[in-house]
Amino acid sequence: MKKAFAILLLVCLLVGMIPVFSSCVRDESERTITLYVYNWGEYISDGYEDTLDVNAEFEKYCREELGRNVKVNYSTFSSNEDMYAKVKSGAAVYDVIIPSDYIIQRMITEGMLRNLNRDNIPNLKYIRDEFKGENVYYEPQDGKIYSVPYFYGKIGIIYNTEVVSEDIETFGSWDLMWDENFKGEILQFNNSRDAFGTALYKLGYSVNDTENTAHWQEALELLKEQKKLVQGYVMDEVFYKMKSGSAAIAAYYAGDFFTMYEDNDALGFYYPEEGTNLYIDAMCIPSNALHPDIAEAYINFMCRPDIACANAAYTYYASPLDLEALEDDMEFGDAVKEYYDAMAEVHEDAIEILYGEMSAKVSAEPYKNLSPEGLIQLNDLWEELKVESSIGTEIYVICGVILVVLLALAIWYFIRKRQRAKLCKSLWQR
Amino acid sequence: MKKKQSMIRAAASSPYVVWSVLFIVAPLLFVLWFALTDGNGSFSIENIRGLSAYGRTFVMSIGFSLIATAVCFLIGYPLAYAMARTSRRIRNILTVLIMLPMWTSLLVRTYALMALLDNGGIVSNTLTRMGLLNGHLNFIGTGGAVILGMVYDFLPYMILPIYTSMTKLDIRYVEAAADLGCNGTQTLFRVVLPLTVPGIVSGLTMVFVPSISTFYISQKLGGGSFDLIGDTIERQFQNTVTYNTGAAISLVMMILILISLGVMNHFTDQKSEVIVK
Amino acid sequence: MKVLSKIYMALVFLLLYAPILVVVIFSFNSAESLSRFEGFSLDWYGELFQDAEALTALRNSLVLATVSSILATVLGIIAAFAISRARRRWLARTMESVSDIPMMNPDIVTGVSMMLLFVGVAGILKVQPFLGVWTMIIAHTTFNLPYVILSVLPKFRQMDHSLTEAAMDLGCTPTATFFKIELPYILPGAITGLMMSFALSLDDFVISHFVSSPDFRTLPLYIYNQTVHDVKFSMYALCTLLVFVILGVLIVVNVVGSVRERRQLRKAGAKR
Repeated sequence: MKKAFAILLLVCLLVGMIPVFSSCVRDESERTITLYVYNWGEYISDGYEDTLDVNAEFEKYCREELGRNVKVNYSTFSSNEDMYAKVKSGAAVYDVIIPSDYIIQRMITEGMLRNLNRDNIPNLKYIRDEFKGENVYYEPQDGKIYSVPYFYGKIGIIYNTEVVSEDIETFGSWDLMWDENFKGEILQFNNSRDAFGTALYKLGYSVNDTENTAHWQEALELLKEQKKLVQGYVMDEVFYKMKSGSAAIAAYYAGDFFTMYEDNDALGFYYPEEGTNLYIDAMCIPSNALHPDIAEAYINFMCRPDIACANAAYTYYASPLDLEALEDDMEFGDAVKEYYDAMAEVHEDAIEILYGEMSAKVSAEPYKNLSPEGLIQLNDLWEELKVESSIGTEIYVICGVILVVLLALAIWYFIRKRQRAKLCKSLWQR
Repeated sequence: MKKKQSMIRAAASSPYVVWSVLFIVAPLLFVLWFALTDGNGSFSIENIRGLSAYGRTFVMSIGFSLIATAVCFLIGYPLAYAMARTSRRIRNILTVLIMLPMWTSLLVRTYALMALLDNGGIVSNTLTRMGLLNGHLNFIGTGGAVILGMVYDFLPYMILPIYTSMTKLDIRYVEAAADLGCNGTQTLFRVVLPLTVPGIVSGLTMVFVPSISTFYISQKLGGGSFDLIGDTIERQFQNTVTYNTGAAISLVMMILILISLGVMNHFTDQKSEVIVK
Repeated sequence: MKVLSKIYMALVFLLLYAPILVVVIFSFNSAESLSRFEGFSLDWYGELFQDAEALTALRNSLVLATVSSILATVLGIIAAFAISRARRRWLARTMESVSDIPMMNPDIVTGVSMMLLFVGVAGILKVQPFLGVWTMIIAHTTFNLPYVILSVLPKFRQMDHSLTEAAMDLGCTPTATFFKIELPYILPGAITGLMMSFALSLDDFVISHFVSSPDFRTLPLYIYNQTVHDVKFSMYALCTLLVFVILGVLIVVNVVGSVRERRQLRKAGAKR
């Protein structure tokens, strides 16, 4: 029965797929390959306001250097979990994805990523050693590589100097996000890992130790408490909220602070003293990618220092390039200097915040892949936090009143109807 | 001849029957299937039992959409009444004005409402400048904002059906009521209101159903702090691979809505339509 | 009383239109702000027409709306024909209520159920990727169907059966009868259904949200993606243009409608 059903569906799906096939045929004749790239939002230089359009540059590079017609189909996600769900379910197939460290680890263990060929990515040599191969925890320690770093950074707290004074007690710490004086001004992450991260770092616990359920329970209590104070749970909406002055305190990624600062120079930034998260976003190729060769060329292209610098100057994230060595490089020295100048123009301390002492002195623990049980636990805790609501009883009271009114109306309606029917009947009998 | 005809009839209707079985009935069966199985595909009622954790979400969603529907009715009915009493030319213009927001993207309208009411938005700034407000409005991210969003987004769907049933209403009933000594208020409550019940019912459902299932409004105007049924379902399908829970919630919501639609339809039996005609 | 009702209407329309007006006005803002107006400019409109992504999304939306509305209209006519001619009442009633399901169900449930269908089928057949243009077409056609049936079915029911019987008696085959008699008769209803499903498909976000893939993104999905990140101001320009297009269409439809109505009234008057 199930089989017959499947066959029936298949017939219909095949009929539906005709346009897809026909488009494939057309593509083949023109030899245009579409490369599906899946990246974080606002995470590439896209030609907006006279910046370099990296994807268009890559298409040009393919035409001129590789002699192939490639079209980049670029789409974005707003959280790692979002991306993982899309790739895992197979709803869409991508050639290059750019997730963060702990998700890469999970995807490697689940066999979702393709082993990369170092020979096809010669530009790997420009990347600092500490971000490559066995030096990062998420790569297997057997010499194989599955990812090439794209950007890295730490999470910090962005605040509005017009609202938050540097003299208050909670300043400099995660406590600022729990400060009751700023009720309605605080933004929290809208993804489970980062949100629980803020609470765990504040408590001084490990963010990876799911065995210790008491820690996570404590974090949940803390987040529930915070729910009364936050204006919202956001991801990239944070840009608009902080720029427009709608909210005054938000934890977010260091690079994004500069993007916001450009539009609102009242913003400030610090790394919380209790320690924070170090993240590395790296380029990977899913094992079901259709064009792994072009994907490797794409990754290699993104590592070319002039392209990487253009991206870094656009996104303001910290680049894993070996900038110090490259500064004196014949070919790319200018690109690096240009990048430094551009960053200095954005914020006088930009380089210091991204690469300097300020960043180095704060302790940082990366997220690691959690065990399946740990993930379920985290998901349950997150659902519990989400379901928690701080609405007052007045809403229930109003609802009750409405329901009572509706009920009364319904009863009245039926009584009237019956009376009328009786009346009709008596008239009829008469 | 007769046989041939019926065969043709069967052949003609088959594409539609196939389509509706495959794409209307089968998807619902898949919802049922996912709701009643666990991740490995074996039967379990864990998903349904696990829904008790979302009890508050259901209550809150129903509460919010009930309030929004009631507010829409209280605003929309008088408006439809006033509209129906204007001249034909103005009426036509007003109809266009009601329909324009209906066809404008809901995403844009909701986002614009958020921008308008946000701290640092026009309303907040103007109030501050007038000295009525000290600092921030802090309205976005409250339950009130979510309800306002529902009212704003779905109000046209309340007005239009009521207005239509009012224009269809035979003016002679109103005249007769007046002749028989009803004053304005009495006419409204004893003649106009009962005769526009079909419009009211379709207006109520057209506001209630999208309100209870929205996720965009609560995301934007509630700041993600008010988790409505729609948000919960969306999260199960977008952020995490928990299709089974999502299917179970969808199933329960669907049943809930179908029941309430059934109850609502009781109030628009054919009799009242006969009276209108 | 009159004055009061006028004030009331003005207030409600202000509520309805304030956000739309904000979008329209600030799309001409020279600064990138929704709260301060710093001078008139058409910059955002210029930017819009250079935004390849937005234009592709617009094109995708138009293609999808055209294909799915035509498909839905064809299927809807067949469905309405079958329902109106069904010999057994329960059959007609079942068919009608099944086709109403996508209209009664909230969009999110329709979207989720469609997605689960595709997930399930793709799982059985082991196909990847399973979301794409065709899943969008299927989903849009399905949710458009009830609206087409809703506008075509009454026409079939109103139709005088003696017309078709006469045609058959005069030697028309059933097929010819359908195309020569029935189809022209229900055409106005079909056109209404077609227009309605075109508009619905163009406007749909929720269902597309669940069954779309990144290589076929429609305009509402593009707008959604913008609003969860950072909205480009060219988006407001696009929305302003859309508002004016819709306004134009509505006015034309209304004017045509009222002219026709007046003509009918006049005819009726002349007859009398």
